[in-house]
Amino acid sequence: MKILILAEHDGLQLSPSVRQAVTAAQFWNSPVHVLVAGHNADAVIQQAASIHGVERVIHANAAHLAHPLAEDIANLIVSISEGYEVILAAHSSFSKNALPRVAALLDVAMISDVLEIKAENTYVRSIYAGNVLTTIQSTDAVQLLTVHGSNFAAASLGANNEISSTVIASTEIVGSEIVSTETPAAFKKASWKSEVRSQSDRPALGSAKIVISGGRSLGSAESFEEVLSPLASKLGAALGATRAAVDAGFAPNDIQVGQTGVVVAPELYIAVGVSGAIQHTYGMKDSKIVVAINQDPDAPIFQVADYGLVADLFDVIPALTAAIR
Amino acid sequence: MNILVAVKRVVDYNIKVRIKPDGSDVDIDGVKMGINPFDENALEEALRLKEEGIATEVIAVSVGTSASQDVLRHSLAMGADRAILIESNADLQPLAVAKLLKSIVTREQPSLIILGKQAIDDDAGQTGQMLAALLDYPQGTFASALEIEGNEILVTREVDGGTETLTLALPAVITADLRLNEPRFVKLPNLMMARKKPIETINAAEFGVNLDARLKLIQVAEPAVRKAGIKVGSVEELINKLRTHNGILEGV
Repeated sequence: MKILILAEHDGLQLSPSVRQAVTAAQFWNSPVHVLVAGHNADAVIQQAASIHGVERVIHANAAHLAHPLAEDIANLIVSISEGYEVILAAHSSFSKNALPRVAALLDVAMISDVLEIKAENTYVRSIYAGNVLTTIQSTDAVQLLTVHGSNFAAASLGANNEISSTVIASTEIVGSEIVSTETPAAFKKASWKSEVRSQSDRPALGSAKIVISGGRSLGSAESFEEVLSPLASKLGAALGATRAAVDAGFAPNDIQVGQTGVVVAPELYIAVGVSGAIQHTYGMKDSKIVVAINQDPDAPIFQVADYGLVADLFDVIPALTAAIR
Repeated sequence: MNILVAVKRVVDYNIKVRIKPDGSDVDIDGVKMGINPFDENALEEALRLKEEGIATEVIAVSVGTSASQDVLRHSLAMGADRAILIESNADLQPLAVAKLLKSIVTREQPSLIILGKQAIDDDAGQTGQMLAALLDYPQGTFASALEIEGNEILVTREVDGGTETLTLALPAVITADLRLNEPRFVKLPNLMMARKKPIETINAAEFGVNLDARLKLIQVAEPAVRKAGIKVGSVEELINKLRTHNGILEGV
């Protein structure tokens, strides 16, 4: 048996979550192959090949994979799926777009956002916004799943990865081979048009050590920025937001923390003016230390906070910012 | 053009579900149910396209037990022209639902199919993509904006790190994100009128597709509960507490 991992990348950098997927894949104790689909993504190929535990990197290179569509990714995976009994990826907007399509084409179920692998066909995942954990067993011949990245440690990299820029040097050390594969013809009924990337010099929300999230009580987009930014800069923290704050236009959609947004598990999570709806706490309850600042002493966020401060955030945040050297 | 919208009956989003004492499943007996919030966004978008004169008919479809009639009534009250219930008492998983929806798409031939991006009960987020694959249609998932231009649809999608826009040839499958629109409130007279409208009911078995559950439920459990900590009285006390945790405020 073999395992196939769908790698996410931006053409230059492999997503750090791929290394977490590699760790998850070790459960089956079988050869792990990583599929890198892109256009001239040579740097990504090398990064994938330098991950310990990766036997083979499969390279699909085609112009139409520069901004890959779910349709093209799914057709590509199906075209090489023979012999793979497990197909997986880290859970993200990229994988959850493409993999259900693969599942339908292979006529198998998909298991989304797996928290724990119990046995070779048995998984734990959460339902009802994280309020219930369910253990399920797949009866399909092919196991198709996405894994909850932060629940799996990142697989280590080959020793020379940092300094080596040649394929040979980094791949010989860990012994992964690089194989090219034919890419099926581009799907004609869809095309990529444009994208808007959120510009930020802050760390990525999903991997930041400290996350500061703001709720609707920040009042406006301006005060969201004015109040939280200086503290985030001092702490080197990423900014997050509740759905209410995003819906109100105070913060961009891609920093929404919760059931339908990003799930984070930083060392320190500071919830500012966040009430603590279950949909939000789903996205942050695995944080190591949680600090909540809210004027309402009965806000449910205090039930999941290690340290709660009942006070006006407009007084507390500037004071906290000033107090931190 | 016709638009088909799939709606699911789920536990109300405000309810914290309980599990049965033996851990065999969740206990949703007598719990308040309603339309899946994302499906309401899907329906709202279809209704707006009709009001703009782009769509001619909006068909709401639900898959489930006869109890799902209530979300179809809700859909009719919001403004759907017709409602279809594909009735089944089985535990239908996303792949089986996608197959049933494919059958109804084949019959109705809509130009656009809109679903919610995920149901808030199983949080799988798969049905729309599976349906698109089975139909070999293009897909626009997690949509926050739609624009129809002739035989194409421009879809703005919410993705990690921002948004992206795709052009899809119709017919296409769209899954709605919450920011696609603000669903309208249902007025009481509309709800009363919707009670009189017929709902076409089709037995799921009639479609002759394999509805077997591929995933077997072994058990359900409550997640470990995060313990509430302490309240601190001041910013100074908060910082002092944080400093007791090694490394948290390192270097700042």
